[in-house]
Amino acid sequence: MTRTSQLGSSPERSDAPAKTSGALRYTDDRVRPGTLHAAVLYSPHAHADIGRIDCAAALAFPGVRGAFTGADWPDVLIGLYMGDKPPLARGRVRYYGEPVAVVVADDEAAALEALRLIRADFTPLPALGSPREALAPGAPILHPDLGSYRRIAAILPEPGSNVANRSRIRKGDADAALASSPVVVEGEFSFPPGDHAAMEPRVAIAEFGLDGRLTVGSSTQSPFGVRTLLSKALGLPERDIEVIAAPVGGGFGGKAGIQLEPLACLLAMRFPGRPVRLANTREADMVSSPGRPGLQSRVRVGATREGMIQAMDMELLFDSGAYADYAVNVSRAAAVACTGPYNVPNVKADTLCVYTNHPFATAFRGFGHIELSYATERALDLLAARLGMDPLELRLKNAARPGHTTPTGATLDPNTGDLPACIARVRERLDWDAGRRAVLPDGRIRAKGIACFWKAPAIPTFTDAAATLSFAEDGSAVLATGVVELGQGSFDGLRLIVAEALGMDLAMVRVLRDADTDRSPHDWTTAASRSLFMAGRAALEAVADAVAQIKRVASAPLRCPEEDLEVSGGRVFLRDDPEQGLPLSTVVLGYVYPNGNAIGGPVIGRGRYIARGLSGMDPDTGEGRPGLEWTMGAEGVEVELDPRDGGFRVTKAACAMDVGRLIHPALARGQVVGAMGMGIGYATREAFVFDSRQGVQNGSLRDYKLLRYGEEPEYFADFVETPQGDGPYGARGLGEQGIIGMPGAIAQAASLAAGVELNELPLTPEHLWRAMREARS
Amino acid sequence: MKDYAGPIELSLRINGETRRVQARPGDSLLRLLRERLGLTGTKCGCENGDCGACTVLVDGAPIKSCMALAVECEGSDILTIEGLRGHPVQKAFAVENGFQCGFCTPGMILNAVALLSAHPEEDEEADREWMQSNICRCTGYEGIRLALASARRSLKD
Repeated sequence: MTRTSQLGSSPERSDAPAKTSGALRYTDDRVRPGTLHAAVLYSPHAHADIGRIDCAAALAFPGVRGAFTGADWPDVLIGLYMGDKPPLARGRVRYYGEPVAVVVADDEAAALEALRLIRADFTPLPALGSPREALAPGAPILHPDLGSYRRIAAILPEPGSNVANRSRIRKGDADAALASSPVVVEGEFSFPPGDHAAMEPRVAIAEFGLDGRLTVGSSTQSPFGVRTLLSKALGLPERDIEVIAAPVGGGFGGKAGIQLEPLACLLAMRFPGRPVRLANTREADMVSSPGRPGLQSRVRVGATREGMIQAMDMELLFDSGAYADYAVNVSRAAAVACTGPYNVPNVKADTLCVYTNHPFATAFRGFGHIELSYATERALDLLAARLGMDPLELRLKNAARPGHTTPTGATLDPNTGDLPACIARVRERLDWDAGRRAVLPDGRIRAKGIACFWKAPAIPTFTDAAATLSFAEDGSAVLATGVVELGQGSFDGLRLIVAEALGMDLAMVRVLRDADTDRSPHDWTTAASRSLFMAGRAALEAVADAVAQIKRVASAPLRCPEEDLEVSGGRVFLRDDPEQGLPLSTVVLGYVYPNGNAIGGPVIGRGRYIARGLSGMDPDTGEGRPGLEWTMGAEGVEVELDPRDGGFRVTKAACAMDVGRLIHPALARGQVVGAMGMGIGYATREAFVFDSRQGVQNGSLRDYKLLRYGEEPEYFADFVETPQGDGPYGARGLGEQGIIGMPGAIAQAASLAAGVELNELPLTPEHLWRAMREARS
Repeated sequence: MKDYAGPIELSLRINGETRRVQARPGDSLLRLLRERLGLTGTKCGCENGDCGACTVLVDGAPIKSCMALAVECEGSDILTIEGLRGHPVQKAFAVENGFQCGFCTPGMILNAVALLSAHPEEDEEADREWMQSNICRCTGYEGIRLALASARRSLKD
């Protein structure tokens, strides 16, 4: 009995009916009657001492149940890797939009009205507006207590400075190699911080039950992580905390840490028996909750006259804003991959996570790789220009291949993807060899750019996933994992994997989407493009376990050894005599003999996965194996620039990525295309605009411009399939990677079109117009 | 001009049903739908008219329900995503992967329904003008563009 593989087909998403009918309930669609509503007073200053906060009038407002300030929780510090953030500012505010006070009322309108009655005094302090300012001698120290913060060992803060983490790479001898390189280029590249702008604003609804248990519904990518961190922050054991992650309306890393939950829980603990809802407005979501880091960087590259890279010396300064959150690991991840996907024998890199008075930064799709990629790709562009070499040829020449070593000295194994093949696909798609720059009849200039990327998940060495597979009376299978639905498509990939492994019709396989720490199997976090890989491995083990149980039960009524049985097509049957068998529906909940005797019981397949062979990094050299699997690819764009006014648009965007094995081509394409679209926004418009005192001037979707319909380019997404040996059916992660190369590729194309090197983002028309005008004068 | 003060009782025609509901004069249609009527398919993305996630149809026209007072909608026919059953636009968004996280999808679909009824023939300029009122952060708009084209074809058949 042969079945055609369902892998590589593109069935309709299993959540399509729920998402196109309005039936799907996100976290904020699950508000119970009797819920209290919290409203937050945000700091109007980026850096200030807090004077008196008077909540008396707010407390007297009808419907108000409480008003709180940082003084109400004098000891609580929250943080992901390092506990540096109070739930409400204490003594000092460190960024524009920092929560200062909160009102809890019977309804949201009352809470908001009462909020206006709070009187808070501030004494503004000088505000730090960039990592370089924060590192300058004499800069105010934003966290004088940095040395005493609780942290994990991998994070290396430098107390007495604004350095929240420093990662070092010392591979070979970069200084000597640079000194002996015939060609050396150097450049500085930067961009300001920005925001994820997921369409669903963050929300947490917490209830401290009269039974003493804490339940939190949250728009989070990390229910298990939130549970652990809440336990630490609140002093409650994990067993008394339940975190429920409904499907999330867009994450992009912005919901991967711990955010609104601690304050919501602290409030809930003041009002046992009543849920407390803490929901971001869009403005709060953009400015008060974390965004993505900004970057200041300096890169030197040494090469032979033939363009073989000999060494890189780089400094990547991440603008973490006021608190460390995920950014301390973002800067660390950037060190792991700092050179980009090129063979660089000598590397010296310092990646620093630096406190400033900007809104604080967390994980963002790409996790440090957009930053390092933008810096290295721009430096390679300078090198190509100096050598008079085609930038594509330069990248092809230096492309990382199996046998090469990464900046941390880990050897790229045969699982490494085929970067030259990816470059070749982009070359074709953009008709690269037809010329990189052309002036159109109407005066506009058309130009092309290319960049390469790689990414390994920046995860703890013990990152895990788990799955259970149970069955219903009709013989259908239900997969449960701790993965959170973000729209990313992992669930449909997992569904295909289970259907394939069980030889079952896809319609007979369901995947559960609510992740609930009390009920779902443990899963580190839905981040780092790892769900399909890791939960996929766990799912395969769960299927194997279930199949073994099915065979054990069926072997009795079929009177045969278990090893003679096969499970496929919704049946268990004799391999050599397929007519002899049973439908799964008669086995999966236990087999019942005609006389009523029963055997077996419900089949439950169990599967687990934990990252293999990972180690930390040496604090002085970075040596180690922190990256599980590397996804590589190339991206290119075509842009059209109007030199008269700087107006330009990306007309084509191409990505070729080695994904190991395509499980669900349409959803893989969706991830890549969506990431490219987001990358265009990142490169051309998305960034916070600060006033001279570091207040955010564009903290709303009216002023913070996102890509809209009709502004998107023609997309090309191609896949190369070099199997990942330890991936499920050879698959590897692909959700984030499509964004990584876009800023570099766009900057290259725009620079070529404008005739001037553009080393700062975002590349707005005004920016281009100014740069071209300066270049002319 | 009608004056309203204090809590009021409104009678609204929503998805073909007449619903009587307590409201405050200042309640937006969005808040009323979500918080009083349990019609949570309508999403709140910005409450500032910028993102379009809260789009509903009022007498067939796409309206950002965060910017409309509920009292303004008395006497009108309101259609939310829950009232749209098995429409070709819904099917097209499903088949063409016109969504990922799904949060913008109800507003996007309702806007597209109105667009296709106003512009049944292919019209890139109209599509752009109409669809730019809604933001999707996930898809890069490729799937939405394909869904529009596919829905337009099936509505003509």
